[in-house]
Amino acid sequence: MSRNAGMLATIHPPAHPPTVWATATTYAGRTVRQFVRTPQLLIVNAVTSTMFLLIFRFVFGGAIQTGPVKYVDFLIPALAAVSGLFSTGAVGVAEDADTGMFDRMRSLPVPRAAVLLGRAIADTALITWGTFVTLVVGFIVGFRVHGGVLGALAGLGLCVLFAASFAWLQIFLGLIAGSAQAAQGIGFSVFPLIFVSSAYVPVESMPGWLQPFAENQPVTAMVGSVRALVLGGDTEALLGHTTSWFVVRSLAWSALILVLFATLSTRKFTKL
Amino acid sequence: MAHRGARCHRSLISSQRSSESGQLLTGLPGTLGRMTPRAAPNSAPTIEAHGLTKHYGSERKGMVHALAGLDLVAPAGKVTAILGPNGAGKTTFVKAVATLLRPDAGSLTVAGIDAIAHPEQVRRVIGLAGQNAAVEPALTGRENLVMVARLFGHTAPAAKAAAAAVLAEIHLEDDADRPVKGYSGGMRRRLDLGASLVGSPRILLLDEPTTGLDPRTRIELWESIRSLVAGGTDVMLTTQYLEEADQLADHIVIIDHGRAIATGTPTELKSQAGRDVVEVRVQHGHDLATVAEMLAPLGTETPHLDEPARRVAVPVAEGTASLAVAVRLISERGIELDDIGLRRPTLDEVFLALTGTGAPE
Repeated sequence: MSRNAGMLATIHPPAHPPTVWATATTYAGRTVRQFVRTPQLLIVNAVTSTMFLLIFRFVFGGAIQTGPVKYVDFLIPALAAVSGLFSTGAVGVAEDADTGMFDRMRSLPVPRAAVLLGRAIADTALITWGTFVTLVVGFIVGFRVHGGVLGALAGLGLCVLFAASFAWLQIFLGLIAGSAQAAQGIGFSVFPLIFVSSAYVPVESMPGWLQPFAENQPVTAMVGSVRALVLGGDTEALLGHTTSWFVVRSLAWSALILVLFATLSTRKFTKL
Repeated sequence: MAHRGARCHRSLISSQRSSESGQLLTGLPGTLGRMTPRAAPNSAPTIEAHGLTKHYGSERKGMVHALAGLDLVAPAGKVTAILGPNGAGKTTFVKAVATLLRPDAGSLTVAGIDAIAHPEQVRRVIGLAGQNAAVEPALTGRENLVMVARLFGHTAPAAKAAAAAVLAEIHLEDDADRPVKGYSGGMRRRLDLGASLVGSPRILLLDEPTTGLDPRTRIELWESIRSLVAGGTDVMLTTQYLEEADQLADHIVIIDHGRAIATGTPTELKSQAGRDVVEVRVQHGHDLATVAEMLAPLGTETPHLDEPARRVAVPVAEGTASLAVAVRLISERGIELDDIGLRRPTLDEVFLALTGTGAPE
């Protein structure tokens, strides 16, 4: 017994509480490892998004008119842009609340906001991984870049930014859900945003009353900007706006979503 | 009792733990000589709450008074158990001490720090093990401990060293590098306990550390807690089990409806609240009333009859002596019994004695 007490006595209380960065990276590291080591998460995520991709590419795609642009070229940039809306980030956050992980975090001398920052960093990385899977499968089924290397890189950069915005949205949904099951349900609530947008079909094919919403909501701007950058200027005619029109709008939307949900989530999490 | 002796080796203060049986330790001979005084700058209580109040809900929808003016002192150098039924306010109190929630009213100091004004300072001196083992199943035991150690503020090498020391302490070295998802419930609880220790906290908060564990695992976890206590950490734990409080604590606070209703050492509380109970199960239901009548003079209260179970229970002052008398009286009358014995009071009976009503729920 005294030997054990001696071993514990070798631990000295740390001189300083952890920094924001140490806290964020520690928690992000745990979240990424959790994802990578949980086959259900890794496989289910990849399979779901690939399934959507293949169904639209081969089942619905033939019936959707996208003018001079091949449907696969129309579809893949859009899926890459919105992978964050398909992520299970909200469920992960709700689970951490359920299992007492957040209570432990909040009882530690960490800067509380840094915990969510770490979660957001991890979730952004995981969403980006999903984007990568989408692009690989996309290339296999015929997708090609037409807007040059710079355009493609810019498009990819935007995808990562959107991923960060959606990561914060998912964190907020997870925090208000109350349980993992509820978080799963709430996760579906973003589906109208995905489907009533130009992600899968051109907005012009929708009924007139739906078009104003579809045209002006964030997903359409995000999808449009990535598409325009990746496919090149020739597609501007099809998309109805210039590349910069889409890019500026998507940046504004993405910044708004990120700031709004980062603020709301952090307030909810740090509040006593 | 071996563990109590083991606990004592650290300090004069913790040596008072062995004074439960009554005698006050002002200067103990022998074993005390090699004790190193523990870092206890003053004997200010570890945790002190006055008039602590926390409501949930709203006037309109109905209020839940989780804490209704709780007054509580956890003395320094002792293991304090907060004992109460479900819904008594135990977890709410632990959360207030762990700065997970802010009380509506009252004062709360933890290690001399005003927990309401300076929660961030409190977080540097506490370690919390909550009700559900908050460990990450996908990580190994060691990775879990290193993660929490980093979050306490340790550098990476210090975190590794702290994790290794704690793994030895909680006897999980052999399983340290396996993912926690393969651990048993008891191992997870031990790891959770360990996680609360990697920052070398001054105060350990354990919220129902053994709830949901089978009896054997519970006893193993008690052993772990005892050996941790031997290391000199102050501990406040909550429990629904009188036996657990009795086994682990030097100081018990019984709470109900968000208020403290009794305080003292296990011995004090038992003599005050729960006497030993002589319990008799008769073979034939028609003997029940006769037996109750015979036992009445021995008891400190009216015997309690449980007709469907053919059982009579009566709290007695003299323990074994009363049992011997009861056995003699009953056998003289030739009444056939299924069972007779002396048992400790249940939490429900303690509540009955203290409040006049049974434990809620």
